[in-house]
Amino acid sequence: MSRQLSNETLIEVKNIKKYFPIKKGLLSRVVGQVKAVDDISLAIKKGETFGLVGESGCGKSTLGRVILRLQSASDGEVIYAGKNIHTLGSSELRGLRQDLQIIFQDPFGSLNPRFLISDIIGEPLKVHTNMKPREIEARVVELMELVGLDANRRNRYPHEFSGGQRQRIGIARAIALNPKFIVADEAVSALDVSVQSQVLNLLARLQRELGLTFLFIAHGLNVVRHISDRVGVMYLGKMAEVGPTEEVYNKPLHPYTAALLSSIPRPNPALKRGRIILKGDVPSPANPPSGCRFHPRCPMAKDRCKAEEPLIREVLPGRQVACHFPLVEEGAFEKMAAMSMG
Amino acid sequence: MARKILEVNQMTAGFLVNTDIVKATDRISFDLEKGQTLCIVGESGSGKSVTSLAVMRLIDYAGGMILEGDIKFNGEVLSTKSQEEMRKIRGNRIAMIFQDPMSSLNPVFMVGEQIAESLRLHQNKSDKEAMKAAVDLLRQVGIPSPEVRARQYPHELSGGMCQRVVIAIALACQPELLIADEPTTALDVTVQAQILDLLQQLKKNNDMSIIMITHDMGVAAEMADRIVVMYAGGIMEEGSVHEIFAKPSHPYTVGLLKSIPGFEDSHGEELYTIKGNIPRINELPTGCRFHPRCTHAMDICRKQEPGFFQLGQDHKAACWLYEEHGGDSIVSPAGAAIAHGEVRV
Repeated sequence: MSRQLSNETLIEVKNIKKYFPIKKGLLSRVVGQVKAVDDISLAIKKGETFGLVGESGCGKSTLGRVILRLQSASDGEVIYAGKNIHTLGSSELRGLRQDLQIIFQDPFGSLNPRFLISDIIGEPLKVHTNMKPREIEARVVELMELVGLDANRRNRYPHEFSGGQRQRIGIARAIALNPKFIVADEAVSALDVSVQSQVLNLLARLQRELGLTFLFIAHGLNVVRHISDRVGVMYLGKMAEVGPTEEVYNKPLHPYTAALLSSIPRPNPALKRGRIILKGDVPSPANPPSGCRFHPRCPMAKDRCKAEEPLIREVLPGRQVACHFPLVEEGAFEKMAAMSMG
Repeated sequence: MARKILEVNQMTAGFLVNTDIVKATDRISFDLEKGQTLCIVGESGSGKSVTSLAVMRLIDYAGGMILEGDIKFNGEVLSTKSQEEMRKIRGNRIAMIFQDPMSSLNPVFMVGEQIAESLRLHQNKSDKEAMKAAVDLLRQVGIPSPEVRARQYPHELSGGMCQRVVIAIALACQPELLIADEPTTALDVTVQAQILDLLQQLKKNNDMSIIMITHDMGVAAEMADRIVVMYAGGIMEEGSVHEIFAKPSHPYTVGLLKSIPGFEDSHGEELYTIKGNIPRINELPTGCRFHPRCTHAMDICRKQEPGFFQLGQDHKAACWLYEEHGGDSIVSPAGAAIAHGEVRV
C-alpha cells in the first residue's frame, strides 16, 4: 500500500438505523417497515477509502445518504468533528455540508441539463462562500483543470459532454468547497471500462493531493478491491463483514462474502474454477428471515443460525464478521464450495 | 470441420440520420460453428448490439438497414428475406434475450401466457398444451413452484426470475441459435452466476449455439469458445478464447484487459488507461479507427485502414503492427500474466 493511513477517526457511525414505513389503505396506516439499514456501526479513518459492497437492495446507498443526512436516520448517531450530524440545527448543518460531499452514479441524471458547466461547478461556491463572480470563475477553471477537463468548454451544457467527462464535472462540483469527506455512490458504475479506469485514477490522485476520505459505494467488486483500503460487505441492511480489503478478498470470513467473491467472472479462461452458486434470491427487507438473515441461502447454515442473530464481532485482528461459524480455519472456503456443489 | 450455423460476411449496417448514412457496423465478418458460443465484446457504441439486431433483421424496425454484405443462417441468406419469412424464423429457430428483463416482458400478461404465446404461434399448440409446456419450461430454467409462477405477472418476480422467464420464452421452440445481448448486465453478481450457469447447462442439453454480447471480459472468458472484439463499429481482433486471453494482440484488446481493476497487485497503483474517449460513430477518425487512442500508432495508421493479419491458426487482428512483425504478438506483460494465471483476478 502506498499511502500511510492515520489512526484518527474522521467519521463514526453508531448503531444507525433507517426504517421506511410501509403504508396501506385510505388512512395510510403503517402496516410494516422496510429495514433498509438495521443497526450498523462503523468508523472511517481520516484519509482512507472505505469500500461498501453488496447486492442491489442491501441498503448500501441508503447508508451513504444517511451518513450525510441527506436522509434522516430512524435511530443512531453519525459523529463528525465531535458532533452528531443528525441532531444539528439547520444553520450548523449547512456549515458542515461544505465538508461532506457526494458524487452520484448517473452522470446524466445528476447534472441539470439547463445549466452551463460553469454554473454547475460554481453553484456550491455561490451558496456557501462570499466569492465574487470573477473569483468563482477562476476557481471553476482551476477545478476543471484539476479533474482533467478543458476549461475552455466551461460555457457549454452537459449534453455536449461524454459520460466520463460528465462524471468529472460531478467530481469537480463535489470538491469545489475543499471537502474532507466524499461519498462516492456508484461513481464509476455507469462508465465503460476504458473510461472507468481514467476516473478511478482521478479519484485516487485527488485523494492523495487533497487528503480526501472516501466512502466508496459500489456493486462492482473489482473496482472496490482496487480503490479501497478497507471494505464492508452488506447483506439485507446488516453489515456482514468488515476488514482490510486484501485480507477480505483473499480470505473471506463470512459465507456470504465468500459466495459473492467467488461469483465474480474472471477474465481468464484457464481459471474456470468452482463457483459457489447461491440458491434463490435476496429476501425482502420488509420481512427478513429470523436469526441470521443469510441462513436460508447459506450452504453452511446450522440450527443456531435460524434461531439466533449473530452479532458483528472481531474474530481476527481488524476483521469483524457477523456469523456464528466464520470461515476462520484453513480450507474452510473449499469445504463450503464443496458443500454448495453437492 | 464442424458445420457453420451462422456466417456474417462483410456486413455493414447503418441508420439514416437526416440525410446521412451512419454506419454502426463496418464490413464485419465472422462465423459461428454449431454448438459453440461466440462472445462479441466491446464498449458502448462499438456496434455489438446493432450486429445482433441485424442478424435478427430487427434492425429494420429500429430505423436501420443492412447496407452491404450478407448473413447466412444454416446456408440460408437472411439478409434478403422478407419480414414475413423472418417472422417464421425469429423466436422459432433463432431466439433472442435482451439486457433488461423487466422491460422485455409485457407487464399486463401473466408470464406463463407470454411463454405459451410463441408455442401457439410457431408450433400450433392449443391453449392448454401451450400452457402445460410453459410450466415445464419454467421448471427447466430453475423457477421453483412453476405452476404458481406461471400465473403471476412480471412485477411479482425478482429481476433474476424475470430473466429466467425471458430465457424460457427464448427456449420455448428449441432454437438452434440463441442471441443473448448483455443478458446479465442488469443483474447482481450472485444472480449473474446463476444465469450464466443456467445458459451453459441449457446449451449443453439442447445442442444450441449462442452469440453472447457483453462488455465484461470476465463473462466472455467464462462463456466463450470464440471471441470477437469490436470497437467503434469494426472488428479489431478475433480468435479462440484461449488465444485472445493468452496472446491479446490488438492494442485495444490489450488496453481493455489491462484497464480492468482489481488485480491483486493493482491496489494503490495507477490503473492502466486508454487515453481519450470512444469516438462517435459519425465522427470516426481516418485510417485505423483506434489510432487516436493507440500508444503504438504509426504514420500508416492515420492514413490507411488495416486489414486482418493472421496471428495464428485461429487468431487474427486488424492492426498494422503485425504487417512487419509477420505475426509476432506484442503481448503485454499484464496480458500474459492474466492469461497464465499468475495474476489472480
